[in-house]
Amino acid sequence: MKKLMIGNEAIARGAYEAGAKVATAYPGTPSTEILEIFSRYEGVYAEWAPNEKVALEVGCGASMGGARTLVAMKHVGVNVAADPLFTFSYTGVNGGMVLVSADDPGMFSSQNEQDNRGYGRFAKLLVLEPSDSQEARDFVKEAFELSERFNTPVMLRITTRLAHSQSLVEEGERVDIPLKPYEKNPAKYVMLPGFARLRHVEVEKRMAALAEYVENSSMNRIEWGDRKVGIITSGIPYQYVKEVMSEASVLKLGTVNPLPENLIREFAAGVDKLIVVEELEPVIEEQVKSWGIDVQGKDILPCISEFTPELLEEKLLGQAVEEVFTLSTPIPPRPPLFCPGCPHRGVFYVLKRMRLTVCGDIGCYTLGALNPLAAMDSCICMGASIGTALGIEKARGEEFARKTVAVIGDSTFVHSGITGLIDVVYNQGTSTVIILDNGTTAMTGHQEHPATGRTLSGNDTIRLDLEQVCRAVGVNRVRTVDPLNLEELRTAVEEELAVGEPSVIIARRPCALIPQADLEKKTYYVDTDKCKGCKLCVKIGCTGIYWEEEEKLAYINPNLCVGCGLCPQVCKLDAILAREA
Amino acid sequence: MSKQATTNILIVGVGGQGTLLTSRVIARVVVELGHDVKVSEVHGMAQRGGSVVSQVRFGPRVYSPIIKEGDADVILAFEKLEAARWLHYLKPDGTLIINDERVDPLPVMSGEAEYPEDIDQELVSIVPRSTVVNATEIAAECGSSRAANIVLVGVLSRAMDLEPALVEQAIREMLPERVLDINLKAFQRGRELYDTL
Ligand SMILES: Cc1ncc(C[n+]2csc(CCOP(=O)(O)OP(=O)(O)O)c2C)c(N)n1
Repeated sequence: MKKLMIGNEAIARGAYEAGAKVATAYPGTPSTEILEIFSRYEGVYAEWAPNEKVALEVGCGASMGGARTLVAMKHVGVNVAADPLFTFSYTGVNGGMVLVSADDPGMFSSQNEQDNRGYGRFAKLLVLEPSDSQEARDFVKEAFELSERFNTPVMLRITTRLAHSQSLVEEGERVDIPLKPYEKNPAKYVMLPGFARLRHVEVEKRMAALAEYVENSSMNRIEWGDRKVGIITSGIPYQYVKEVMSEASVLKLGTVNPLPENLIREFAAGVDKLIVVEELEPVIEEQVKSWGIDVQGKDILPCISEFTPELLEEKLLGQAVEEVFTLSTPIPPRPPLFCPGCPHRGVFYVLKRMRLTVCGDIGCYTLGALNPLAAMDSCICMGASIGTALGIEKARGEEFARKTVAVIGDSTFVHSGITGLIDVVYNQGTSTVIILDNGTTAMTGHQEHPATGRTLSGNDTIRLDLEQVCRAVGVNRVRTVDPLNLEELRTAVEEELAVGEPSVIIARRPCALIPQADLEKKTYYVDTDKCKGCKLCVKIGCTGIYWEEEEKLAYINPNLCVGCGLCPQVCKLDAILAREA
Repeated sequence: MSKQATTNILIVGVGGQGTLLTSRVIARVVVELGHDVKVSEVHGMAQRGGSVVSQVRFGPRVYSPIIKEGDADVILAFEKLEAARWLHYLKPDGTLIINDERVDPLPVMSGEAEYPEDIDQELVSIVPRSTVVNATEIAAECGSSRAANIVLVGVLSRAMDLEPALVEQAIREMLPERVLDINLKAFQRGRELYDTL
C-alpha cells in the first residue's frame, strides 16, 4: 500500500532504495529530516558534519571511494559548500552523488530566498526538481543512475512546500549496489591547473550529452490541453497550475538544468501564448527568451516569495478572492519567541539592559532581535557574528569594542565561528564573544553536533571542548557562566568588556526542551499582595507570564512555567515565589 | 470535476500546541479510506510559539498541497485568535471549530496590542456553521491537558463523519503506549462533545 510521506522522507527512502551507503549533512530547515530519517535505515552510514562544506567534502570522498552518496543541506548551505561543489563538478564521481538543495521561497525559516537552480548553470550540474513526494523518491533513484552515467554530481532542488508536504508514495526494495572499485586517478581527481583544464573539456562534453538526454527524459512531459495558453512549469508550482488551470496545456519540467530546448520549442509552437510559471528567479524564462521564443513570466508573476494557488488565479485568470467574513477588530501578529525556560532569554535581558552593540548570529537566539528584548544589531549568516564584531572594532576603534559583543550559538560556533575567533586573536582585536551553549542545535529541531559529544545516531563520541578550543586559538580569557544567573552573567560581561584583549564567555545551560535540561521540579507564582504591577517581569517576554489589565497585576501560568527562576531575579519586590510541584 | 470533490481541512494554532499530530492522524485515516491525500505542515522557526497552520486535502486526485483562501471546508482552531487570523480561508458555508483557549501573543503580553477578548463570540455570530469547544478543560478531565489536540480530533472526526474505529486505530499507531489511555478517552469525549453543539 502507498504510504504518506513528507518530501524529505521520500528523498531518504529513494536514496535508501537506490543503494546509497553514505549520507552527510549539516541541519537546516527545510532539509533536516532527510538525514534524520535516512540514518534510521539498516546498513547505511549517516553523519552530521560540522558544516555544509565538510559535509560535501565527506560526500566527495565517499563517492570517490565508490559508494553511492547523498548530501543534503538548505539553500544557504550550498553557499558554504560551493567551493568543493564547483570543482567536484570537474572531477565527476565514482559512486553516484546526489546533492539535495532545499530552497525556502517565502523564507519560512531562512535569512534569504536565493534560488539555487542558479547553481545548476553556474556549477554546470544536472538539476532535477520533483513536484510531490512520489517524484521525490523516483527522481532521487533516477539521479543516482544519471550521476554515474554522466559522471556528474546531480542536484535535487526542492522547496519548503515539497520538503514538508506529505503525499502518497509507492515504496520499493533496496537494491544492493556493490562499491565501485577505487583506482588512483590523479588526472581525474587532482585538480591542478594542467589536469583541471582537461577536465573542463569533459564538463562541456557532459553538458552537451545531458542537453541531448533531457530532450527524451520521462521526467519532462507535455500534457496537451487547451492550446490557447501553454504553461511551462516545474516543482510545486506545477501543482498550483493543475489546481487552478486544469484545462491549460502544460509542459512539466523535471530537469531544470539543462533545459530540453527542442521540447520547449515544440511546446511553444503548439500554443498561442506561452507563460513560464516559476517561483523566484526567471531561470527558465530567460533561457527560453534567449532562444528567440516569445514568452511571458516575471512580467505577470512576482520574483518574491512562494506562489499560492490564489496568486495564480489572480495573476493568470484575473480572479481575485472575495472576502466573505469581515471582523471588527484587528488581529495582533504572533511572532515566534523564546520558550519558557530558554537560557537565551537571560543573555538578551542582560545585553539589553547594558545597551550594548550586539553582533548577532543565526539560531533560536536570533529571536533576541525581536521585542521585548530586542537587543541584537545584526545577523547576516552563520558564523558572521565574530567577524562583524571585529570589523566594527577596526572601523570605529577599540573604544567602540568596549561596548560591543558577538553572540553565537554552540552549533554555529562549531559550524563557522572558530575561524572568526582566530581572526580576532591573529589581528589583535579585543572582541568579547558570548557562546550560547545550550547543548544542541535547537533552531532546526535539536540535532547533535561535535560539542554535544553525541553523533547523529545518538552514540557517544569525543566531545569537542569549547573552552579548550578557545584557549587553543589564543584566547587567554575564557570563562563559563550560567545564563539564567543574571548577576553572574552581567558581572562576566562587564569584566570582559573592560579588558583590552579577546575574551570568550561561554553561557552554558541546556535548552529547556531537551532531556538534559533536567528542569527544577517547581513552578513560580506571583504573590499578589506584594505585586505592584510594575511589569518588569512581563518585559522578559515569557509566555508563562501574563498581564491582567483589570487587576493591573502579573500572573504566572503554572502549566507553562518550567521553574527556570529568571523572573524572580528581575522582580524588585520579591513578589515572585517558588512552589514545589 | 475532481476539483469539486476535494475536501479541505485547515488546522491552526500556536507553535507547540500539537497541531501537527492532529493533521497527521486525520491524514492517516483518510488514506485508509482510499483517498488521494496531501498534507502541508510548518516546521522550523514558527514552531517557537508562532502562528502555525497545517492543511489536509483529500479527494480522488489532489494537486496543490495548500488550500486556497476561501476554500476550506473546515477550520479547526486550537486557539481563538488563530481562528480569527485564518478565517479568510473558510468557505462561506464552511465549518469553524474554535477551541476556547487564549494564548497571548507577544504584542499583547507587552501591552502594545489588545487581545480581542470576545473574538470567539464575534466569530460565532458571523460564521453560520461555527462552534466553541473547551478541549483543554476536557483533556484535563481525561488526565492531561496535553491531550487537547486529541479531543479536537474527536470533534473534527464527527464534523467530517469519520468512522471512529479507524481514527482510534490511527491514534494507537501514532501515540506512545503510556499516553494511549488518556488519549483514547480524550478522543471519545471529543466525539461526545460534538453532540452537545
Ligand atoms: C549555512 C546555514 N546552514 C544552516 C542553517 C540553518 N540553521 C540556522 S541556525 C542553525 C544552528 C542553530 O544552532 P545553535 O547555534 O546551537 O543555536 P540554537 O538554535 O541552539 O540556539 C542552523 C542549523 C543556516 N541558516 N545557514
